[in-house]
Amino acid sequence: MTLLQVENLRKSYGALAVTDGLSLSVAEGELHAIIGPNGAGKTTLIAQLSGQLAPDSGTVRFGGADITRLDMASRVRAGLARSFQITTLMPAMTALENVALAVQGRSGSSFRFWRPVAREAALNDQAMDCLAQVGLADRAGRPAGAMSHGEKRQLELAVALACRPRLLLLDEPLAGTGPQEAEVLVGLLAALRGEVTMVLIEHDMEAVFALADRVSVLVYGQIIASGTPGAIRQDPAVRAAYLGEEAC
Amino acid sequence: MSAAPKAAIALLVLMALVPPLAAAIGDPFLTVIATRMAVFAIAALSLDLILGYGALVSFGHAAYLGLGAYAVAVCARHGITDLVVQMAAGAGAAAVFAAVSGAISLRTRGIYFIMITLAFGQMAYFFFVSLSAYGGDDGTSLAARSTLLGRDWLENDTAFFYVVLACLALAYGGLHRLVHARFGRVLIGTRESELRMRAIGYRPFRYRLAAYVISGMICAVAGVLLANQTEYVSPAYMAWTRSGELIVMLLLGGIGTLAGAMAGALVTVGLEELLAGWSEHWRLGFGLILLAVVLWSPAGLAGLVRRLLPGDRA
Ligand SMILES: Nc1ncnc2c1ncn2[C@@H]1O[C@H](COP(=O)(O)OP(=O)(O)OP(=O)(O)O)[C@@H](O)[C@H]1O
Ligand SMILES: [Mg+2]
Repeated sequence: MTLLQVENLRKSYGALAVTDGLSLSVAEGELHAIIGPNGAGKTTLIAQLSGQLAPDSGTVRFGGADITRLDMASRVRAGLARSFQITTLMPAMTALENVALAVQGRSGSSFRFWRPVAREAALNDQAMDCLAQVGLADRAGRPAGAMSHGEKRQLELAVALACRPRLLLLDEPLAGTGPQEAEVLVGLLAALRGEVTMVLIEHDMEAVFALADRVSVLVYGQIIASGTPGAIRQDPAVRAAYLGEEAC
Repeated sequence: MSAAPKAAIALLVLMALVPPLAAAIGDPFLTVIATRMAVFAIAALSLDLILGYGALVSFGHAAYLGLGAYAVAVCARHGITDLVVQMAAGAGAAAVFAAVSGAISLRTRGIYFIMITLAFGQMAYFFFVSLSAYGGDDGTSLAARSTLLGRDWLENDTAFFYVVLACLALAYGGLHRLVHARFGRVLIGTRESELRMRAIGYRPFRYRLAAYVISGMICAVAGVLLANQTEYVSPAYMAWTRSGELIVMLLLGGIGTLAGAMAGALVTVGLEELLAGWSEHWRLGFGLILLAVVLWSPAGLAGLVRRLLPGDRA
């Protein structure tokens, strides 16, 4: 079953067509990697899928419903969560608080003015589970701003998971991580695979080909090829446009 | 208990000791100063909610002091002298003004937000300047202080001080609960990263607006008390310089900590009295002190205390 269906999406900045009639479909349960050179429009695509940015035209359908006009909050509620290429966390809050705030977002009203939120066991327990899942259980009390870069990348993922998404949009989760940190994160994504549908944007080809069920290649705002990792590796157009320098 | 509530409670207790001290050394004016301190501490706390916890730099917050003060004058003119009713009226007017001005100004951020809140503050200011029935520019003096439970207890400076102090304690206690509750965490989240808040399903506007209204209502209560303290009501309470002074109190005390907001108000009012008695150029001295704080302890007095008490996260 198709979970995400993008049709003829367009977004331009002046004369620059960053998303240029892009179509894409992601099946329920798959890990769909999107690769492409710097500036291809990958982050801009994620921004339009998550509702951060409105496309000029085209449609985004999620679980059968047209969500093109929904704001970010509604899309999160519908089951779409994302991580950011550039770490976007609450630096003054602890790791646990960062994740608990995401849990709170889907657990009843936030117009509560009296009960200490730090003592809401339901929020903390779920947040701890997410932290444990990404391997940050022993960092729960540390302010996000004081964490190492790799830990912040793990926390990004924990926050997104705390939204209990049906579809997780991951914008270069390995960006800037060292080999050991990357290994932890790749292991984590492998464990999540099958449990939650994922769109993974990543430059690390080894990770992409190890994890992805399907790969789409984005160049100049268009998907030029889409298929299994094996097929993409062999695709002559892809090799010419992109893999040429990197994989051969 | 962490250091912050302890510091706040210590401040409240110290203040409660002022009237007996004033009596002991035979200087009743001390109680009057302490009353002013407590009034401005309430106003500073209210501003800290939006500025310190929501990163909303309102440059029109004195308008709410004025709305509260004029609520006293208007109510008294119509024979309503009860303090609680006047507070409700002031807070109600503030809620309406905050809801309308907030709904507009909160669509902007940064410098634009500062300018729009300033513009709304000035609109309120000039509205009362043009209100000739209440003395226009000059304002109007009150015939008497408000009544409480039908009696004129507040005419006694000491009794009035304790009422103001009780209001301060309530404001502090209420805000302490609020910023540690779900609502407070969301508000802090919008301060830390609006984009991240949206990405986990929040719409920041509604929480900011709610905080803006709550903040205005609390500040109006301070305005009701300020009018009673001076027994005078004038547009000067809502001048933009007064809004600036409230921000200075937070800078001095430590933005984003309730105890710091209180301490900042106490120190500012105290220094004003002290330096003004010393020299008419006291503002120069005050400026130098502010400069020193900003340079050496950007987190204000609260930051200084935190540094002196290592290991305790306030
Ligand atoms: N707000 C903007 N205004 C103008 N141009 C923009 C804007 N945002 C992105 N662009 C341009 O759009 C193009 C695509 O940017 P985008 O961030 O989507 O690329 P990307 O594929 O994510 O690249 P990277 O691999 O470096 O992350 C780039 O050329 C970028 O300069
Ligand atoms: Mg990018």
